[in-house]
Amino acid sequence: MHEREQLGKDRLIWMYTQMARIREFEEHVKRTFLEHPGAMRGHTHLADGAEASTVGALATRHTDDLAMPSYRCHAQPIVLGTPPRKIMAELYGRKDGLCKGFGGSMHLADPANHFPGTSAIVGQSIAHAAGAALTAQVKNTGQVVYCFFGDGAAKQGAFFETLNLAAVWKLPVVFILENNQYQAYTHISLEDANCMAGDPLSQKAAAFSIPGVTVDGTDPLKVYDEVGKAAARARAGEGPSLIESKFYRFSAHGNAITVPPAPTQFPEHEAVGVYGNKDEYKAALKRDPNKLFRAVLLNQGVLTEADAKKIEDSARAEMDDAVAFALASPLPLPEEATNYVYA
Amino acid sequence: MAQEMMYGEAMATAIMEEMQRDPNVIFYGQNMAMTDRDPMRKMFGKDRVRIAPISETAEIGVAVGAAITGLRPIVELWMSEFMLVAMDQVINEAPRLRYMSGGQVKVPMVLKAGFGFAAGWAGQHSNCLYHTMMGVPGLKIALPSTPADAKGLMTAAIRDDNPVVYLHHYMLTLDTGEVPEGPYVIPLGVADVKRAGTDVTIVATAWMVKKALAAAEQLAQEGISAEVVDPRTLAPLDSDTIVQSVKKTGRLVLVDQAPRHSSAAAVIAAEVAEKGFEYLRAPITMVTALDASVPYSEPLESYLLPNESKIVHAVHSVVAERAGV
Repeated sequence: MHEREQLGKDRLIWMYTQMARIREFEEHVKRTFLEHPGAMRGHTHLADGAEASTVGALATRHTDDLAMPSYRCHAQPIVLGTPPRKIMAELYGRKDGLCKGFGGSMHLADPANHFPGTSAIVGQSIAHAAGAALTAQVKNTGQVVYCFFGDGAAKQGAFFETLNLAAVWKLPVVFILENNQYQAYTHISLEDANCMAGDPLSQKAAAFSIPGVTVDGTDPLKVYDEVGKAAARARAGEGPSLIESKFYRFSAHGNAITVPPAPTQFPEHEAVGVYGNKDEYKAALKRDPNKLFRAVLLNQGVLTEADAKKIEDSARAEMDDAVAFALASPLPLPEEATNYVYA
Repeated sequence: MAQEMMYGEAMATAIMEEMQRDPNVIFYGQNMAMTDRDPMRKMFGKDRVRIAPISETAEIGVAVGAAITGLRPIVELWMSEFMLVAMDQVINEAPRLRYMSGGQVKVPMVLKAGFGFAAGWAGQHSNCLYHTMMGVPGLKIALPSTPADAKGLMTAAIRDDNPVVYLHHYMLTLDTGEVPEGPYVIPLGVADVKRAGTDVTIVATAWMVKKALAAAEQLAQEGISAEVVDPRTLAPLDSDTIVQSVKKTGRLVLVDQAPRHSSAAAVIAAEVAEKGFEYLRAPITMVTALDASVPYSEPLESYLLPNESKIVHAVHSVVAERAGV
């Protein structure tokens, strides 16, 4: 057995706390489209539904390990210790934002907090994560890179090329394929050969002769176990693994793509809005990872109802504060637009 | 001290010297360093000199990730066209990450590729793609025309904190020239006057510099004094040196191996038209490849590309002009 046994009460509570923080952050983002229309521009993608997967994976991190997701990138820095105020201010395009208003929701970066950067072109950041793992290997830092991407990205050339290269070079990276069932608006059964054959997506690992497992991404402890094994393997110099973490994204792919001055907000989830499948969506909501884990912790006596409520209230207050901070932060000066082009 | 060295050897020397100087420099690519007998692998080890699969997106994408986390990767791409299958990484990742992060990361990496191989490599391996990249903010483009520039620009590219596309011209690989010993830097963004003159400015890059110098020699015999300016980097582009030259000569001929509308010449023409119009005594003239893909057979290929006599002809036409006087 491995690290799982070391998951004490404090760590379990930490995990639930992070899950609650992610959920609250994303709900605050979603509400912004209604409460402060126009405050957020462009395209924003949420991680509600992914909490157990993200937190279970990142709970296995050692202090200096890196996380590199795609454009769906609010959750990881929240767990890594980036102040939500700075993330929210970035989403609001403000001067005090994490990237000073130059990146927005899809391009968060906080290298000081083990979050070197993201890419909003599907699948491309998979190669960047392997590159960060190459740095760890060449410099012999002992770091592991946690590479998060969606099921859609697993059809990109960057995915196949990078997994092969990472396997050949035995790079210390864990590829976490977050299978949230939808490639943007398209259901996975319409575009993934493994899925269409009734096979798990983790089967793709066999093409590179690396370990591939599928895990219930609504259970942070199961994710913790599998990602922990893969991270230990990577750290031992045995190379990458592919973890398919299955869960359901609760929000639509992103806010509606509208042309100003038409307002934008989050539409209904594609299951309902595109496919007319209300039953699927209702069933998915019953597997809400936050509710399930809360129940487990209450059941095991790790948390009381009052403890859980306190965590949730505190997360809500923290994100209320993040929104207030973002609203109070000034917009960047226009002439800053030509900064940072060259180092 | 300087030594006689081939263009190809000069680039390799810069890479070796920088790898000795800085342990963060790594070098990898396809079909290189495949055995323990490889001299670079012997010097720097398998960790820093690697073989890559034929996977440009992964190779360049990995370089981006390595660069933002502390290495200085050099990717050997062999042919510039091979970047086309990984253009997202070249254009939409490497040069954008610093900006999108609000200056939090830097992306020091070199994409080394040959181009313009006018030796029967036909449609897909003989192209000049720099126009596609030179306007992308955050990306730098170097095109050495001499062995000395090949070394100094490579050293500069490796030490630069930005992504640099280093395009060496295949037809210059075996050319020899004086190369200073030891590491030295030719700053990116500084043009070089390869030959001074007073009657006409010829701007050319890479192999075309050689053609332009040959044309200038022929013109000198006719009493026409041509100044040959090599920008050396297309991004940043040293427009000032070009405009200053035009101020002196009043005439501009742009020589570019690319087809007219995808040439760097078109961009330089616009710069001079805006910043140096008052100095022009004749229309800006471009000598570029014809608007066709590069053909295989020798007479077809030669017909398509700029050469010494086309340059001489263009100079004759502008020297004869008295426009704007």
